[in-house]
Amino acid sequence: MWELIEANKRKSLILFFSLGLTLLLLGYFFGSAYYPDGGGFIGIFFALVIWGILSLISYFSGSKILLAVSGAKEVTKEVHPQLFNVVEEMKISAGLPAMPKVYIINEAAPNAFATGIKPENSAVAVTAGLLARLNRDELQGVVAHEVSHIVNRDVMFMTFAGIMLGSIVLISEVFLRSLWFGGGRYSSKSSKSSGQGQMIVMIVAIVFAILAPILAQLLYFAISRKREYLADASAVRYTRYPEGLASALEKIANSTEELKTANKVTAPMYIANPLKQKGQKLTDLTSTHPPISERIRILREMSGGANYVNYQNAFNKIKRSNSQIIPSSGLADQTSIGLKEATVIPSSLGLNKQMKRDTGDIMMKVNQYAFIQCTCGLKIKIPPDYKKSELFCPRCGRKHSILN
Amino acid sequence: MTGLIILLVVVAVVVLFVISMYNSLIQLRNRVKNAWSQIDVQLKRRHDLIPNLLETVKGYMKHEREIMENITKYRSQAIDASTVGEKAQAEGLLSGALGQLRVQVENYPDLKANQNFLALQEELTSTENKISYARQSYNDQVLFYNNKIQMFPSNIIAGMFKFLQEEFFQVEDEKERAVPKVSF
Repeated sequence: MWELIEANKRKSLILFFSLGLTLLLLGYFFGSAYYPDGGGFIGIFFALVIWGILSLISYFSGSKILLAVSGAKEVTKEVHPQLFNVVEEMKISAGLPAMPKVYIINEAAPNAFATGIKPENSAVAVTAGLLARLNRDELQGVVAHEVSHIVNRDVMFMTFAGIMLGSIVLISEVFLRSLWFGGGRYSSKSSKSSGQGQMIVMIVAIVFAILAPILAQLLYFAISRKREYLADASAVRYTRYPEGLASALEKIANSTEELKTANKVTAPMYIANPLKQKGQKLTDLTSTHPPISERIRILREMSGGANYVNYQNAFNKIKRSNSQIIPSSGLADQTSIGLKEATVIPSSLGLNKQMKRDTGDIMMKVNQYAFIQCTCGLKIKIPPDYKKSELFCPRCGRKHSILN
Repeated sequence: MTGLIILLVVVAVVVLFVISMYNSLIQLRNRVKNAWSQIDVQLKRRHDLIPNLLETVKGYMKHEREIMENITKYRSQAIDASTVGEKAQAEGLLSGALGQLRVQVENYPDLKANQNFLALQEELTSTENKISYARQSYNDQVLFYNNKIQMFPSNIIAGMFKFLQEEFFQVEDEKERAVPKVSF
């Protein structure tokens, strides 16, 4: 398993350096475009400063920012015991050194993400809509997928690659805008002999400013997609139950709600692309996630075991290709891991009304509402700022006393 | 003189080799122990949950006396078991009996709606999952450690310092599979 992480790290480093090189070239060209004599190095310096500041911010408070932006709230075991149990099961199965923190997001759309640059200090966040929709096995599949992102160091990598991408986009944008407003001033100042060379540098810089962000994004998306497959494969290995994740993905795909708190930057962090595509044409290249239907087909094709080899075989069968999605060290592990049977807990039928009610209940619990079950069958929800020591059931009028 | 130096060097190399071999064996044995404690915590948790479960279920299930007696019996067997093998066997029987209980619950709709019971059932299911996931990593560690003890040259050191083979935690698959599937 450690070799797998190592292989992953190596590949990430290559991508990381190519993004870094793009960033430096960008700085160099922009600098030269303004000051032909030695300006390139000033440009590099500024590019590095911008990148450094962004990296520091994300290293020290990236998780906090992500969790705050998505409106996630940390919960205790009392709020949702099953979610806690499932996270702990996956912690044991994946061999994480510490229990990840558990967050619930107040959203009706089903989705989940993981954060934490180091496995010792990680968090798993799921939406209330997800908890209301999924049964135990499905929830386990989703949590396993998220935990794999932590174990495979995807969170760390996507955070830093995202920062690099962000810097590239930011610098290109600043450069193009500055041209619009006052770039001409400098070129008219330069001497006539270097005018032509300067012109060429300028054109190269403009072309670069337009192309670099696009290329960097495509690179970023391609890697993000590959990591989703790997996380699916790891999730099956941890749970030994591919159908759980498959049917969870199916439910997520069938939902019509859009996640309000997600944006382009945070999208790769989620289990399924939270942004519904408008035009489907370009999705293959510009999507952060592989098509969900394909992920489900691969999971359902798995047979004979839950190890990486089984996932790779299913992948090749569905994609009709020989491309390798799992690093070789993962495939070298030939131990057969038996598949688990479904948990025999009767799941409530996915009735729409009940589901909406459950979603609401979970959200209220997260926000520290108290519940009283009245003998007439009504569930009374008490907001945390309710001060009186008793209340009357709105349906039957029975008096209930409130303890705290 | 040269002969003496050569002899000293050879002795030093051998001593260093023995030390490093010994340390790596200790490390492996500790890993096995650590993995075992992971399972042990969960087994204890399950033993603690069972009296509560039986207490909750008792009022509803009047006709399942036999299953409940079995659960009590296997539970105390599991607590008394000392070796890994004995424990694995008793725990396997206990899992089987609990599985039977879970199937019978389907006949008692009132019980299925009992919040206390549902919470206990969730805890029990989770504990059993944790046992099975922890078992996997324990058995991996044991395999690695036992291989080291049997293979040359580490087997010499293992023999000298009395490193003994550890037992696998194997729950008989037949017992686990014996839980009949529920069809709705």
